Amino acid sequence: MGTLRLAAGAMFAAVLALALPVQAQEKPQYGGTLTYMIPADAPPSLDLHREATYALVHTVAPFYSVLMRVDPENPADTTKFVCDLCVSVPVPTDGGTTYTFKIITEVKFHDGSPLTAADVAASWHEIIFPRPGVLSARANWYEAVQSVEAPDATTVVFKLKYPSSTFLPSLADPYAAIYPKAILDKDPHWFEQHVMGSGPFKFVSYDIGQEIKGVKNPDYYHKGLPYLDGFVGIFAEKQAVRVDAIRAGRAAMEFRGLPPAAINDLKSSLGDKLKVQYSDWNCGNLITPNSKRKPFDDVRVRKALLLAVDQWHGAPALSKIANVKTVGGIVFPGSPLAATRAELEQMAGFWPDIEKSRAEARRLLKEAGQENLHFELLNRNVDQPYKYVGTWLIDQWSKIGVTATQKVVPTGPWFQLMRTGDFDVVVEANCNSIVNPVLDTQKYLPHDVFVENYGGYSDPVEADIYSKMLHATDPVVVRQYMRQYETRIVNDQAHEFPMLWWYRAIPERSYVHGWKIGPSHYINQDLSDIWLDKTATE
Amino acid sequence: MYRYIARRVLLVIPTLLGAAVLVFALMRLIPGDICVVRLGSGGATFNPQAIALCHHEIGLDKPLWLQFWDFVWGFSHFDFGISMWSGKPVAVEIAARLPISLEIALLATIVAVSIAIPLGTISALKQNTWLDVVVRTVAIGGIATPSFWIGIIAILVVLDTTGALFGRPWMPPIDYVPIWKDPIRNLSMAILPAITVGYRYSAVSMRMTRSAMLEVMREDYIRTARAKGLLEHLIVNRHALKNALLPVVTLLGIEFAFLIGGLVVTEQVFNLNGIGRLFVQAVQNQDYTLTQALVMLTVTVFVLCNLAVDLLYAWLDPRIRFA
Repeated sequence: MGTLRLAAGAMFAAVLALALPVQAQEKPQYGGTLTYMIPADAPPSLDLHREATYALVHTVAPFYSVLMRVDPENPADTTKFVCDLCVSVPVPTDGGTTYTFKIITEVKFHDGSPLTAADVAASWHEIIFPRPGVLSARANWYEAVQSVEAPDATTVVFKLKYPSSTFLPSLADPYAAIYPKAILDKDPHWFEQHVMGSGPFKFVSYDIGQEIKGVKNPDYYHKGLPYLDGFVGIFAEKQAVRVDAIRAGRAAMEFRGLPPAAINDLKSSLGDKLKVQYSDWNCGNLITPNSKRKPFDDVRVRKALLLAVDQWHGAPALSKIANVKTVGGIVFPGSPLAATRAELEQMAGFWPDIEKSRAEARRLLKEAGQENLHFELLNRNVDQPYKYVGTWLIDQWSKIGVTATQKVVPTGPWFQLMRTGDFDVVVEANCNSIVNPVLDTQKYLPHDVFVENYGGYSDPVEADIYSKMLHATDPVVVRQYMRQYETRIVNDQAHEFPMLWWYRAIPERSYVHGWKIGPSHYINQDLSDIWLDKTATE
Repeated sequence: MYRYIARRVLLVIPTLLGAAVLVFALMRLIPGDICVVRLGSGGATFNPQAIALCHHEIGLDKPLWLQFWDFVWGFSHFDFGISMWSGKPVAVEIAARLPISLEIALLATIVAVSIAIPLGTISALKQNTWLDVVVRTVAIGGIATPSFWIGIIAILVVLDTTGALFGRPWMPPIDYVPIWKDPIRNLSMAILPAITVGYRYSAVSMRMTRSAMLEVMREDYIRTARAKGLLEHLIVNRHALKNALLPVVTLLGIEFAFLIGGLVVTEQVFNLNGIGRLFVQAVQNQDYTLTQALVMLTVTVFVLCNLAVDLLYAWLDPRIRFA
């Protein structure tokens, strides 16, 4: 009996000994410097309010605080927004037009000066109502805002002209960095070349075009964070450089996403020294026919092009070679406002029976007198996934007798040709930071309402539906309007066709922990949750 | 000689003016708008007011003739303007990147000279032997193979070899540290691109050295030197090589000038933050001021390098006098 007890005790101890190290590994460790690749050339300036490139977020987000953000513990949730500088996310008052935020006290900027509600209000004022001569890239997101004020040192009040479901998510914009009011008042252009934030890391150095360095902020207001001693972000536009750097251990990860071939290459060479996180991506290609050019002014021709494409079978095939995967409508597939599969299958371009769909496409072309349609597809000179999608589409259209040739141009001329309307059909992209479907789908509004729409069409019915949706606050009602809006754009008028949504694959060395992937390469970039365990399989 | 130098320097002015007109016009012929690229390429939305403000900030709303005048007048005063993309002075942008390009160019030249002249000489002296065949094959390989391909293969070979030998793949550092701060890190970053570029650079010089040596070795004075009983290595080093190097020096000088701004693809492959990469970025971003300044800088370097080579010629060959 004694021996039995001894054996049981030994077994229990062995089990415990095995279990404990696993738990110990999960506990964040302090220390270390994270080196990561920034998949771009250096951003034009360091001012988050001014710029639109993700390269800037990857560069300076760790230095700054924001009012609200996506939940870093669960960035995949498109509806949950949490506080960064605020105490709690407020419930709107005054019929949904007033949002009163209380700001955390004892927050300091990196120069030691206190951060108060005045700084938050001033920063947001600069974003929403930029003074003359100051560029704010996202001012038009906040057209519903009437005012933003700080009645006292801990309170910020946003007043809207009308209630809108888009407002709260738009406050979580990762570009909405909080700057010191004192510097803003003196020189609002100061932040173009300098950094002064209150975030988890302090600015150390910026070698132009090469790398950015930051060091831990010991006074960070989220106690216990960050775990890292510092970080180094290295700019490298070329994918091969980034892949080799991760492989050789020169860098631990990158935050935009690599295509399947590169991920497979890293997996085969690193084995269990590599982890990969995957997520649907709030970016998707859309195909825009030029409605001002014949024969694309004919809805039958546009619809035929839409009906010819087999997205349901194309998606799994393309996902092996390109960073696309999910079939969806105009709304990010992970969002509550997105169409379900059943709803999608009711719309042209998403019918489950592709032969029936293509037969209808051929019928429409014949009716329109365009059986031997030939046109040029304008595309952007970016491999992933523009060129893959463009090449695939040409093949899909060939199945209904349409011949398309692809014209690939650099970004500048691509924009120019779209803006001047000098194209037949173009491959575009709709990429957004926060999942905010009502704002994200502005891209599909007619040009007379939204200047960045290049389709050349006017549609007062569509614009009216959108306006109602923008002013609605009941989620059920918003969803109903979204379905009407989507159906009008895609099924009824075939103004523009949403194509496959992109898919992110983020490689990280196995010693990196804490970072969680979200549906956007703009969010969750402050690095405060990341910790390194170099004892793990290195 | 001084009149010759003065005349050559004065000739630089019309050359630069012609280059200025060309680059100014060509850049503005490319379709696109830097402000649209800057505000729109991230996929974000923007409004026309933002574009107009951007144009005003960078001077694109000025008349073309005024933009050209600002460019030329500024350049004549060594004021290269402000980068339309970054808002930083162009001089600052270039100064940040010049050291790495200069270092790679210098190291590549050292590699090239170290390889080209000895091998080219050996190849000439051992004409039609197996040594000659090997050297000529190496030279052809260097000319035929794109340097970026050599660079990519070099990185992969180093990665795979170190991975197989030491269980941990190694690649050169991808961030630049000046040589005076950390010589080992600096050289470990620079050596692979220097060898990659130097190999191609040496291939051309190798062939030139070989053919020049072959020609010189057939001269009467070489035969005379041999007849006098001079040792072969003295004939080669003291008499033949000096004369054979004249065309090689010209070639090396021109190639060096090209390297300063021409390492575009190599800098991309090795992630070097140099002038070549800056050039590509400037053109892609349609940054007129930066592109114009880089073109003018490259033209100036070319012209001055050519002048230096011509003057060196006179020193190497006393028969040459400048009219």
